[in-house]
Amino acid sequence: MFLARVIGDVVSTVKHESLRARKLLIIERVGESGEPLGDTLLAIDSVDAGDGDIVLVIDEGGSAAMITGQKEPPIRTVIVGIVDRIDVEE
Amino acid sequence: MHLAKVIGAVWATQKVESLRGERLLVVQPLTHELEPKGRPLVAVDTVSAAPGQLVYFVKSREAAKALPDQFNPADAAILGIVDDVHVTGGKRD
Repeated sequence: MFLARVIGDVVSTVKHESLRARKLLIIERVGESGEPLGDTLLAIDSVDAGDGDIVLVIDEGGSAAMITGQKEPPIRTVIVGIVDRIDVEE
Repeated sequence: MHLAKVIGAVWATQKVESLRGERLLVVQPLTHELEPKGRPLVAVDTVSAAPGQLVYFVKSREAAKALPDQFNPADAAILGIVDDVHVTGGKRD
């Protein structure tokens, strides 16, 4: 899993059946202090994340299948949590 | 998944059986600001996308799962056509 910030969303009507009614968010990877790491990608939302939220993201097909409840979906990037706080020991 | 623009099509008459009948498109990956990012690649089309359209695609093993016959060697698949991209940069209203 990795950390990212929600920075936008994508509207899409014509899409693969496995993505029907799924919210697509644009996320930017961030470090443990919330600093942007410069890499953006699209993720399926499963926790009602909103703009500006720091989120927990998985990027692996087996986990994505479990979360979406589909047998073999062509999905790998899913937001699975909204981060309240990160404590890092120096 | 990644944003991309369809910039062309690939025709290959002779190909592995499991890719028969599938459309192959050349896509240029994009950043969220719709700037080109990295090299173009060939992706299987599952949504009848056309050149010039903004799309999103999935890479690696999950791409193969987008096709009806999941036992295929596709490593990139277009999953949707983009109507609109909203980027706020993560700043709440």
